[in-house]
Amino acid sequence: MSENTSAMQAAPTSSVAMIRTLGVVATICGVLIVTAFESTLDAVNANKKIALERAVFKVIPGAASVREYVAGPAGVRRAEAGAAASEVKFYAAYDQAGALRGVAAEGAAKGYADTVRVLYAYDPAKQAITGLGVVSMRETPGIGDKIYTDQAFLANFVALDARLAADMKSLANAIRVVKHGSKQHPWEIDAIAGATVTSKAVGRGIDESAQRLLPLLVPHLEQLRGGK
Amino acid sequence: MAIPGQRQPSHLEELLEGIWRQNPVFVMVLGMCPTLAVSVSAMNAVSMGLATTFVLVCSTLLVSLMRNVVPREVRIATYILIIATFVTVVDYLIQAISLAVYEALGAFIQLIVVNCIILGRAEAHASKNPPLRAALNALGMGAGFTIGLFALGAVREILGAGKLFGLALFGPDFQPWVVMVLPPGGFFVLGSWLLLFNWLDSRKAVGSPLPSGEG
Amino acid sequence: MSESLSQIFIGTLLANNFVLAMFLGLCPFLGVSARLNTALPMGAATTFVMLVASLCAFALNWLVTTFHMEFLRLIAYIVVIASAVQLVEMFLKKKSPALFRALGIYLPLITTNCAVLGVALFQTAREYDLAQAVTFSLAGGGGFTLALLLMAGLRERLNLARVPNVVQGTALSLMLAGLLSLAFMGFAGLGAGE
Repeated sequence: MSENTSAMQAAPTSSVAMIRTLGVVATICGVLIVTAFESTLDAVNANKKIALERAVFKVIPGAASVREYVAGPAGVRRAEAGAAASEVKFYAAYDQAGALRGVAAEGAAKGYADTVRVLYAYDPAKQAITGLGVVSMRETPGIGDKIYTDQAFLANFVALDARLAADMKSLANAIRVVKHGSKQHPWEIDAIAGATVTSKAVGRGIDESAQRLLPLLVPHLEQLRGGK
Repeated sequence: MAIPGQRQPSHLEELLEGIWRQNPVFVMVLGMCPTLAVSVSAMNAVSMGLATTFVLVCSTLLVSLMRNVVPREVRIATYILIIATFVTVVDYLIQAISLAVYEALGAFIQLIVVNCIILGRAEAHASKNPPLRAALNALGMGAGFTIGLFALGAVREILGAGKLFGLALFGPDFQPWVVMVLPPGGFFVLGSWLLLFNWLDSRKAVGSPLPSGEG
Repeated sequence: MSESLSQIFIGTLLANNFVLAMFLGLCPFLGVSARLNTALPMGAATTFVMLVASLCAFALNWLVTTFHMEFLRLIAYIVVIASAVQLVEMFLKKKSPALFRALGIYLPLITTNCAVLGVALFQTAREYDLAQAVTFSLAGGGGFTLALLLMAGLRERLNLARVPNVVQGTALSLMLAGLLSLAFMGFAGLGAGE
């Protein structure tokens, strides 16, 4: 590099100068990052809230507000500091009058291409899954995306049985995905013909999540009804 | 760049450099990872292009301002710090503007850090030129990148989903060419664009009276 | 959800191959993969760096979340991974010159490979634990090596073929990559359970 126009010195730079430069640059960068973080924080949180509400309202019609909770061995509490490993996050949705409309939670399982994440609604009164929304997926367009366009498939989630067993430790009947056209019980999901793997991922995601969440949640439903 | 004895390019030429003659996508074939990954729709492609342009302009501006005070030995470290900073900034900006776009682009926003275009510009151009010139060049490069991404994203969205910017172009009977929005489509469409440019180049070389060294 | 290690391994190696499905590490894929004998060491070196990056990222993510400074995550990742690779390079040079000669020349190139930062970012986004993260990085590196080897093999054969001038170069490589990617789509579903 023979760059005679530049003002760089030919002599080697001292370590002090290097550290000083890096220090100054790091300080400038730190200030920039923190400024950006602080100034966008409100807007980001507002956006996240809107996105969450939109997703939850879609699976729980009639809801007007959403609160985030976690359920753990110690009971149910408002989610403030994030969930520990033994706890499950869920959302409680309320209508205009402040009555509990339902509970929504996320489930995820490996699909055909990648993980399929779904949001399902649980109605405590019916003890059933009453709605399904897709959070994210990378399944094949035209095949895997039927899980949110195929009305026949979505009809599985109008009243999908999710009663707890007598000991309140697991579901009375595990939620299962069965081959297209062979649904017999209210806890079975009729798979989409030609998209069985994706359908199964949805079922498995819901089952796994519900098996964990509902035993922790159902004993404390009264607490949610109070809304506090 | 700026070989001694050669006329210094005007500011306009500096700006146009990246858009046409050295287009980062079609001519230099740089920054392929985000190019192919996010170009499934025109909207994603343009968002990614704008985010990259923002990082490119801001970081080259800062690099250019500091070009005389940063010792040679630590210059790369400085560039990386500066670029990573602006990527973090743009990450939060996108989250604040639209969460949907943020989720569609995913980790590829943060991967702007390792986009070779930015480090390449900082090292090859901004570290030797005054701020205005560096910023103009970066703006041109960013625009060129955005145009390239758009060309890719639009073709993939039109063929693969029958839409452009989410608006359906054809009737309901249109059978989308799904593979175009899947990974292989990215390779095919970019390959086809490069083919087109190669072909145009070769035609020009044949037509011109003085053929340049190679085609 | 907890993915099993074998699911992660197969899924990342084949179905979600870093190069052919996730578009990570394309620059070396298109640039270096012209010859078979350089593809293997390059792949091995990248896998190694990805493992280092994955371990660093795991530690850093823990640190950053513990102190609630998520906004520093990216800058910490890139700086620490770059320095860690430098340190490994120096260590290898001193302790194992043979290994250094085999891998060393590729190490500096790899630091700015997006596959390396990609491993760190994706394992964070998917909230992998340590064992999952290590599996993920090894499978990612393995997938990268596999793609590199396949591509190098194809390109060596192509050198003997007559190809029109217009198609030569990157355009042809991209078309080949597209065909490979199409072939790898056949692996989709392998990672799914049941």
